Amino acid sequence: MSAVASGRIDYYPTHEHEGFKLRAGSVYPFGATLTPTGVNFSVFSSHAERCTLVLFDKGAQAPRVEIPFPPEFRIGNVYAMTVFDLDAETLEYGYRMEGPYAPEEGHRFDATKILMDPYARVIGGRDEWGRTPDWDDPYQHRARLAFDDFDWEHDRPLEIPIEDLVVYEAHVRSLTRHPSSGVRNPGTFAAIREKIPYLKSLGVNCLELMPVYEFDEFEHSRPNPETGELLVNYWGYSTVGFFAPKAGYAATGRLGMQVDEFKKLVKELHVNGIEVMLDVVFNHTAEGNERGPTISFRGLDNKTYYMLTPEGYYFNFSGTGNTLNCNNPIVRNMVLDCLRYWAAEYHIDGFRFDLAAILGRDPSGAPLNNPPLLETLAYDPVLAKCKLVAEAWDAGGLYQVGSFPAYGRWAEWNGRYRDALRKFLKGDAGRAGEMANRIAGSPDMYGDRGATASINFVTAHDGFTLHDLVSYDGKHNLANGEDNRDGANDNESWNCGVEGATDDPEVLRLRRRQMRNALAILLTSQGVPMLLSGDEVARTQHGNNNTYCHDNELNWFDWTLTETNADLLRFTQGLIAFRAQHPVLRNRWHLSGRDLVGSGVPDISWHGRRAWEPDWGPDARYLAFMLDGAHARGGRAQDDSIYLAFNAHWETYGFELPQPPHGRRWHVFVNTGMEAPHDIHPHGDEPPLDDSSHILVGGRTVVILVAKAAAEGNG
Amino acid sequence: MALEISSTVHGSVAVIELSGELDAGVAQRLRDETVAMAGHDGVRTVVFDMSELTFMASAGLRVLVFAKQKLGQGVELVIAGAQPAVAETIELTGFHHSVDMVETYDLDALGNA
Repeated sequence: MSAVASGRIDYYPTHEHEGFKLRAGSVYPFGATLTPTGVNFSVFSSHAERCTLVLFDKGAQAPRVEIPFPPEFRIGNVYAMTVFDLDAETLEYGYRMEGPYAPEEGHRFDATKILMDPYARVIGGRDEWGRTPDWDDPYQHRARLAFDDFDWEHDRPLEIPIEDLVVYEAHVRSLTRHPSSGVRNPGTFAAIREKIPYLKSLGVNCLELMPVYEFDEFEHSRPNPETGELLVNYWGYSTVGFFAPKAGYAATGRLGMQVDEFKKLVKELHVNGIEVMLDVVFNHTAEGNERGPTISFRGLDNKTYYMLTPEGYYFNFSGTGNTLNCNNPIVRNMVLDCLRYWAAEYHIDGFRFDLAAILGRDPSGAPLNNPPLLETLAYDPVLAKCKLVAEAWDAGGLYQVGSFPAYGRWAEWNGRYRDALRKFLKGDAGRAGEMANRIAGSPDMYGDRGATASINFVTAHDGFTLHDLVSYDGKHNLANGEDNRDGANDNESWNCGVEGATDDPEVLRLRRRQMRNALAILLTSQGVPMLLSGDEVARTQHGNNNTYCHDNELNWFDWTLTETNADLLRFTQGLIAFRAQHPVLRNRWHLSGRDLVGSGVPDISWHGRRAWEPDWGPDARYLAFMLDGAHARGGRAQDDSIYLAFNAHWETYGFELPQPPHGRRWHVFVNTGMEAPHDIHPHGDEPPLDDSSHILVGGRTVVILVAKAAAEGNG
Repeated sequence: MALEISSTVHGSVAVIELSGELDAGVAQRLRDETVAMAGHDGVRTVVFDMSELTFMASAGLRVLVFAKQKLGQGVELVIAGAQPAVAETIELTGFHHSVDMVETYDLDALGNA
């Protein structure tokens, strides 16, 4: 006890239990907090009758002591107690709650269970990925204390304008687990640090990590009926604790230092100009339905934390057994506390909310007009500069893409962008009109919210990879052990003539072109592009569109692909660099279709096979448009004009070109009809068109032209 | 093996030699020792000689983090001779950016720096 501390009367114990000195604690903050004299424990339950603090030495199955909260230590529904002289390094703690077991009334108290603190900031018990747990341990997920002494130096969240973002969606373990990754600690936060040069060379500036909150890879683990290989909860969309980083993702997890290791990763990414977005899963927990394990919430206050049917069963809007009761004020505050903690303590730049439509349902499951949770997050002062991104649907049938309650803050995974691009790409007729809306940032969906409300993507972790999107007509999920029943059926994919692997050079050539077409459209659309990790090197999952359970090469990023498919990687790098060079591609607000700066042409103009005459007809399988450089950033930035022709038809068409601005000629940046290296030209090396009035665009080909002074290119 | 701490002051350089295992049970001792050594008049550099240290738990790293932040800019921290496992722990958590990690140290050179 320091001299300063000893002078304060509130630093003296008032109670004792089996030699442990105690004092009534602070009700806030919830969780376990280090104080100058010991540890303050605060936990909530609105229906428990008694609460006991259970303390362990790290890793021990038998508690060191159980300390019942004296009745006078409960204020309202909060049990709060300071225990003196605890060693924060070796302590694990949990709670026992006594209360009614009456499922029909929503209560499932069971004092035989030791419960994890929902505010636990470090969780032991799964310290090393894949190590078989000791199932006899009565306390599987063990709350520990965290230290907030990380040295951030001058770091803080980057606050990159959202219109400038290029998101890269990746799984922590997948990124470096493959033997080819060449890192020292494969599959960990530390290993990602070794791949930062790759991310920088690719050009992305936001790393979106699939769930990193503590989860149990052994949840629902089972042998693959065909191979005997263990199928696990690999993706991690099933949270054990919302405040703790997954120990098994840290090389130092066995030492309990995952907090430091993850913070170091964030700091290092920030130094390199890359933001960190976390995929957060607040729609359900790892406790499943009434047959699932009791880890924390169910035993602490089932009726508060979960949406329950009138009979006391679990609503299942998440498709995973239970639904977190997000618009209960208590739960809402927990979500807010959690996000504030990650933003402030981990310097996280943004959050992507899994099945976010659930966050807008009331405790009975009905969609709310003005969901308090979403409003709270949108206006929160700590989160004010964080990106908030919704996956605006849920497994209960609520689909809110375009209508998610946004409060001027929320962006959405634009599922309609994905579907429109896929249909257009495979050559469906009459899709040009919708494709035009999606390319323009979906003004039909996000009129008041601006183009950056739209997170554009063609692939994500859910579904096919880009390679598989152009290689399979249907899903091939037998390896998941569910007889190919799981995973989406409406993939809008096309195999280019042969299902799966082939050595047919024509099919392979077409697939290469289709991947390039998709990337070119994605990275030149208004809105925020998101790439799925590995698509830039044609990573395959062999047709599996739901690889949630595989800790193997179906998910792992094979780094040899960066050499085998170096030409696709180069193409992707070139497109991302092009996007960064050209502000006309990155608008916060929607383009108007009018000339606002006196350049003589609109900011965006639509064309067809004849200039200025777009074809929105039922047979159209192509579209062309021009972005006027004089309109860049509302006329405040200088940029080149860009002309883009997307021909998704199998026939070659001639396109009449609009006049480039005075004194300039059209130069070819991209022509996916050409094989590498002529598919894309580096900045400054774009060859000029001989005839700036006309161009032939091959079947299933994207051409991107940039208007430059004749001397600028190799002309 | 229990931690042994042996400290000496050479002008502006304090050397704390550690041998054995630095775990949670002994971290407080090291912390107190570090503050005491850094408190000697004129000490500008604290060297942790870890060549005989075989294990370091998170508590040990906490002491280094504490020392760095408590002693401020005026005192330089040097970690000398860390064995691979200990060095890796320090690097994985990123603390190596806050200190000088060296294989061996030269008292005269440090004292004159």
